[in-house]
Amino acid sequence: MTIHSERGSAVPASVPDAAGRFGVYGGRFAPEALMAALDELTAEFEAARRDPVFTAELTELLTTYAGRPSLITEARRFGAEAGGARVLLKREDLNHTGSHKINNVLGQALLARRMGKARLIAETGAGQHGVATATAAALLGLECTVFMGEVDTERQALNVARMRMLGAEVVPVKAGSRTLKDAVNEAFRDWVATVENTHYCVGSTMGPHPFPMMVREFHRVIGVEARAQVMELTGKLPDAVLACVGGGSNAIGAFHAFIPDASVRLIGFEAAGDGVETGRHAATVTGGSVGVIHGMRTYLLQDEEGQTIESHSISAGLDYPGVGPEHSWLHDTGRAEYRPITDAQAMEAFALLCRTEGIIPAIESAHALAGALQVGRELGPDATLLVCLSGRGDKDMHTAAAYFGLMPEGEAK
Amino acid sequence: MSVKAAYDRARAENRAALVGYLPAGFPSVDGAIEAATAMVEAGCDVIEIGLPYTDPMMDGPTIQDAVHRALVGGARLADVFRTVEAVAATGAATLVMTYWNPVDRYGVDAFARDLAAAGGTGLITPDLTPEEAGPWLEASDAHGLDRVFLVALSSTDERIDKITNVSRGFVYAASLMGVTGTRTAIDTGAPRLVERTRAILDKNGRDLPVGLGLGVSDGAQAAEVAGFADGVIVGSAFIRRLLDAPDTASGVAAVRALAADLAAGVRAGRA
Repeated sequence: MTIHSERGSAVPASVPDAAGRFGVYGGRFAPEALMAALDELTAEFEAARRDPVFTAELTELLTTYAGRPSLITEARRFGAEAGGARVLLKREDLNHTGSHKINNVLGQALLARRMGKARLIAETGAGQHGVATATAAALLGLECTVFMGEVDTERQALNVARMRMLGAEVVPVKAGSRTLKDAVNEAFRDWVATVENTHYCVGSTMGPHPFPMMVREFHRVIGVEARAQVMELTGKLPDAVLACVGGGSNAIGAFHAFIPDASVRLIGFEAAGDGVETGRHAATVTGGSVGVIHGMRTYLLQDEEGQTIESHSISAGLDYPGVGPEHSWLHDTGRAEYRPITDAQAMEAFALLCRTEGIIPAIESAHALAGALQVGRELGPDATLLVCLSGRGDKDMHTAAAYFGLMPEGEAK
Repeated sequence: MSVKAAYDRARAENRAALVGYLPAGFPSVDGAIEAATAMVEAGCDVIEIGLPYTDPMMDGPTIQDAVHRALVGGARLADVFRTVEAVAATGAATLVMTYWNPVDRYGVDAFARDLAAAGGTGLITPDLTPEEAGPWLEASDAHGLDRVFLVALSSTDERIDKITNVSRGFVYAASLMGVTGTRTAIDTGAPRLVERTRAILDKNGRDLPVGLGLGVSDGAQAAEVAGFADGVIVGSAFIRRLLDAPDTASGVAAVRALAADLAAGVRAGRA
């Protein structure tokens, strides 16, 4: 299988194929009741991406509403701690709503409107995708329901309030591990019953075809912009592109434009929780095996009988036992590498970026920053690292304050 | 007994077949066997044994609850096969209803082999459509197993054609857009779905019964469905009886009573 060779073009990849397969990964393991809607969505997306009216409207929203292009910030003091490497941050945290999630959501919300669907539903972990979906729904006058694991509604209470302020209904999911995977299950259950008037705005490069491909296309702008920005700033390609990986949407968005650039290493950082060896982690590629979850074939955390193993991470947005199928494929083909970052490593990088650059990152993104410290120390001062700073950390203040003991006894839970 | 023989017998008696669902391991492994046996004794022609799975994406709260209890209670695949063996021994056609990952993980051919060895007649696969079913089509052929796929109200005629062409045993028509659970009324689109499915089967010269599931909870609804479908599938209502009972014995008695009510319903429907 060859990796596609066009660069920066609007119709990019040789993967997935028409069935949504990235090699053996992806596909469509979905209930028959959803097949008509998935076919409709596939056709509508293909038509929309070739429709100049649609692409112009999306571009305008990305520019005048979301704040694209996002900046590149050179993190000099942070870089000094990363073996002296040149660290360039792609500032998705500066987008409207505070993360990369808005790129995908604006695209899908426009598509929903185009399909005549008046209601959006979404799953959310950290709440970033839920907030972005609630935002787009408000902007386009659509109804919105967000499913969120009960555990996550507690650790991300601020985002719950934000979604409700924006007019969305937030449904705490009490089933299973009460985190992101259960929110996905509940969103699918809603969708099966409401598919006629509802679009499921899937929040990552996961789920049945066409979601992994479509969400990638909406996030592809991250890498396309960054590639040009880095070239302009440094006169050359970066040595590596680094991103955190839960479902993997910011990572695929950052990686994709660089896939044909063989000299550029693509490195994804998975949440290792307490450490992969403890079993309490969310490092799906590093510590998982191949199976089927949420409509796709991919690496997942499962026991020997195919039951999903609950993931663990301090980061709600990475606390997911599966991963987007394209990452599984990039892993197997060797084009990208995936490494584990523990809670402790991520929180150390989180604090370091705050103190060296005056930027509070999302804990999700702090996994990529911890990766930058690691890779920078390996490659040394000649290296240029592009790091996708996927989100800002305001939502994580409660968790961070508790972790670092910044609040008096009794105030921090 | 094969699924086909069970449906043939019902047809010969001018009634619909009664298909009952229960997850293995709920309320316990032995309790499920006892309840399924009572269902057969009271008139179920076909039993679907659910394979408890951590992420039952197509199931409503009742089945989620039962499956969760089965998993917490320690139900494993060996228990599923043991349950199939015990229920098949009653003479009822016994299928397994399962999400795909446990089969995929076990190995599709190995699963088919062990299911056949336990006396199971095939699989119902709610999250597997023919597009992704290549290995299962092969394994089910190799081991002579039925493969029951679902058709939905939203299925196009092209899809119903594709699905019924690879189906064996019966075709599972999902009567409403939604997850499992009892409903107060049967969707008006259900008779039309059965009719469309039959027309496509006829066109292709296939003699395959069409069972209708999702939402049936009592004898009156069973009679209504029996008026237009070859089989009436009931799941959540049985589980409800077990969940509401103070102990397994009274739960099994309530399950038996419901099965008898439904069995009368599938007979009344054609009267």
